[in-house]
Amino acid sequence: MQHVVIIGNGISGITAARHIRKQSDCKITVISGETDHFFSRTALMYVYMGHMKFEHTKPYEDWFWEKNRIELKRAWVKTVDFEEKKLYFRLPNDNKEAKIGGSISYDKLILALGSTPNKFGWKGQNLKGVQGLYSYQDLESLQEITPSIKKAVIVGGGLIGVELAEMLHSRGIEVTFLVRENSFWNTVIPPEESALISRHIKENHINIKFSSELDEIIGDENGQVKAIKTKNGDKIECQFVGLTVGVSPNISLLKVPQGNMIGREKPAFLLGVGGIKLNLGILVNEYLETNIPDVYAIGDCVEHENPQKSRKKLEQIWYTGRIMGETIAQTIAGKRTKYQPGIFFNSAKFFDIEYQTYGQVPAELPEDTKTFYWEHSTGRISVRINYTTESQAVTGMNTFGIRMRHKVWDEWILSGKSIEYVLENLSKANFDPEFFKQHEAEILKKYNTETGSSLTLKSKKGIFSKIF
Amino acid sequence: MLQKLGLIIFIAAFGLFIGTLGMNNYTLTDEILKENFKEEALFDAKIELASMVDQSYSNSYTFTNELSEGIKQLNKVYNAQQAWDKKIYEDTILSIVKASSNGYLTDNKGIMFLLTFGLAIFGALLFILPEAKIPAGIKNNGIYYNPAMTRKWLGICIGTFLISFYIILYFKPQYIANWTMLVDPVSKLINGGEASRWFMYGFLYTISILVMGIRYIIKYRHSKYQIIRTLSIMFFQTCIAFILPEIMSNLNMPSADLKNMWPLDYSFFFNYRLDKLLASGAFGIFLLVWGIALFVVGVPVMVYFFGKRWYCSWVCGCGGLAETLGDPFRQLSDKSLKAWKLERYLIHTVLAFAIIMTIGVLYTYFTGSYNLLGFIPTESLKSSYGFLIGSIFSGVVGTGFYPLMGNRVWCRFGCPLAAYLGILQRFKSKFRITTNGGQCISCGNCSTHCEMGIDVRAYAQKGQDIVRSSCVGCGVCSAVCPRGVLNLENAETGSRIMIAPDVLLGNLMEK
Repeated sequence: MQHVVIIGNGISGITAARHIRKQSDCKITVISGETDHFFSRTALMYVYMGHMKFEHTKPYEDWFWEKNRIELKRAWVKTVDFEEKKLYFRLPNDNKEAKIGGSISYDKLILALGSTPNKFGWKGQNLKGVQGLYSYQDLESLQEITPSIKKAVIVGGGLIGVELAEMLHSRGIEVTFLVRENSFWNTVIPPEESALISRHIKENHINIKFSSELDEIIGDENGQVKAIKTKNGDKIECQFVGLTVGVSPNISLLKVPQGNMIGREKPAFLLGVGGIKLNLGILVNEYLETNIPDVYAIGDCVEHENPQKSRKKLEQIWYTGRIMGETIAQTIAGKRTKYQPGIFFNSAKFFDIEYQTYGQVPAELPEDTKTFYWEHSTGRISVRINYTTESQAVTGMNTFGIRMRHKVWDEWILSGKSIEYVLENLSKANFDPEFFKQHEAEILKKYNTETGSSLTLKSKKGIFSKIF
Repeated sequence: MLQKLGLIIFIAAFGLFIGTLGMNNYTLTDEILKENFKEEALFDAKIELASMVDQSYSNSYTFTNELSEGIKQLNKVYNAQQAWDKKIYEDTILSIVKASSNGYLTDNKGIMFLLTFGLAIFGALLFILPEAKIPAGIKNNGIYYNPAMTRKWLGICIGTFLISFYIILYFKPQYIANWTMLVDPVSKLINGGEASRWFMYGFLYTISILVMGIRYIIKYRHSKYQIIRTLSIMFFQTCIAFILPEIMSNLNMPSADLKNMWPLDYSFFFNYRLDKLLASGAFGIFLLVWGIALFVVGVPVMVYFFGKRWYCSWVCGCGGLAETLGDPFRQLSDKSLKAWKLERYLIHTVLAFAIIMTIGVLYTYFTGSYNLLGFIPTESLKSSYGFLIGSIFSGVVGTGFYPLMGNRVWCRFGCPLAAYLGILQRFKSKFRITTNGGQCISCGNCSTHCEMGIDVRAYAQKGQDIVRSSCVGCGVCSAVCPRGVLNLENAETGSRIMIAPDVLLGNLMEK
């Protein structure tokens, strides 16, 4: 029986395992050093804030794995021998010793190694009280450090930065947020949305410093962080520094040739010729195959050699990880399948404001594209729709504070519905709970005013329209 | 600061409330005996309780104990004589205790009411209202660090108090006679008479729903669905369940909680209630027809359009208490597959029990025979249902276990009406919770905060609609979802996605 080994029990690895099991009877082993069971990484913040317990982040009960014959192995992989098709484990409490703690053979190997928080070689970045937020271990260390602190600095204005700010804020810790750009997340979202979120972060008493970059982290005599210095020369006192300047593929395991430690003259793998091809991540083709036969890579650790049009080489989000897992399972089960994510989508929550996006809404408007933006008078709700100049077909949307229906937007963008059609039928995409105030009429009015059109709403939502 | 003060005031008022149980002096007189005993039992009572008469007791517990003991002896004799009509019940003991009391509490009911109920409400509001100052949105911060909400010492204390309260209320109400005294002024105001234990319970129940309803509205004020739903609960409890029946009995009509229905209202078809309705002319007939129409016509029609939520989380009193007083405990419900299995066995067994019991009762009512099918004793069916389900399950376990098993223990495992509504919701309803394409991140907020113990995430993460008989449609899964994945919707019955797609929306791979 074919043995499929998956390194990594995150969303990609586990999705792959589940879907392989649905389609095949092969032996499946999932290896993780992080936790015994799959958990939702995105929910770690809720554990810290006391909304839930760690056990609640586990999407499947513990009996699920045995019932579905998915073997779980708790261990860190030390190195891979691609020629012999063997993995070697690290010993517990291993400190880079040239010893190994057992091995396992595979027929097919799926690398779902995830990613790791970036550290850009700042002075003091390894002090006590400096960390990122990615793994279960990060949560543990946060739980240990933060009860005794009063002030924290977060470096990097991205999604995890806001989450970390919200987390610390929930424990009454004073947070200063260093953002390199002059407005929040404005490399990803357009200026209006960026301003909306910046206001909301401030509204939550987060001291956000724009155009500020970390220069160095200063420690005390115990190796504990006591302050940071920005490139503008500001010194900010703090007992904790959160580094949330993005993540990189977690490929260190594959970078160091460790052949001699497994008793082979030749390194187990080499960079470049004869080894696994790496760049920023593990390079894969459109079939998620690496350059080594029977070795695949999925999820955050992947770098696409030939990404689809309008997709990035590195796309480290939950949903793409899951889609890669679904796709690779087909290949493993015998049907070689291309990775073909559909219309892009993503979502996040910034304190109390939810965000969803469908299709392409880059921070800077492309030349052949027009944009329509509406914002509610409270400044907490907004909708942006991008469409092509030529055919008026919608290409993407951002929404803050209104929930939209994925399926409807997916169809609209895929079939190239015109902006006018979309605005007239916008209620069809409304996914807010019953009784919520609907803004479609106001949105349409703004469009009519701006363009001199006279569109009218074609559909309504609301509890009674559905019933009868 | 204000919140701390509120908490201190609440705890002080609550302490005093407990303390009132030990207040007052007690003197039993011949006069009191005469008022409370039927003539045929009065002679026996005078002999049995002779040693107590005209004695002054300063300890309420000693007095109540001695009185209860004496009456127990009397009942023993009556049991032996099979003199059922002479038997003395708890409510009689309760009114004797009440009548025998004298002292500060009896003389200053109004002041004591304000110092206990009044201050407790004031303190609670002082604790609750400042929450409105923090930005609206889901703020479940610290729930799992709170000893009251995680089955830690405080949760166990609250549970113990609630369980004891229900046991005493149902089975030994004479020991809380002083609590009924506290609400006498309210009772006088509403119906002109002194408060019974059920009036006291109803008042406490309503106050809990109102005060904790305000808390709930503040907590979920970003959601109009939650605000309107909670106002509905508060209205139905206060006006329909609490005040209206009092007014009806004031007007010498048969009083009824118009929104309560069989089989939750399990005694609806009991002979004494049928007799009373049938003896009350047109209005009585109306109540009888209304009560039957509610569950025969009202339930299927409403569940078809809206799901069982129209009742369980918008109207019902048990649901109302669970949603308000019980909200801090919603996360304690067990989400495991095992619990779901147990739930289905238990709740449908109770439904079957309620149906058989009611058939038995009606059989006896119409035929006069006490044996259904010749061997099922209808009277013991009736009394065991009342004891096991009516008192122990719905009260003692149903509410007492809030801090231990979550706020919907009764609704989930025991309520026969919920079972009936649930079967309809599962098989014949437009209602479902829709999951939004591929947006789920499996975070588990929905499952954690589902009071019915539904593993909502299990559906959301595979793109299957949540169609579950137990779902009461409280809407909290949708409210706590950080990615806008869940929505309570009504649409064509056939459009419910009952089988998960192979892969979620957003993957265009060839299949």
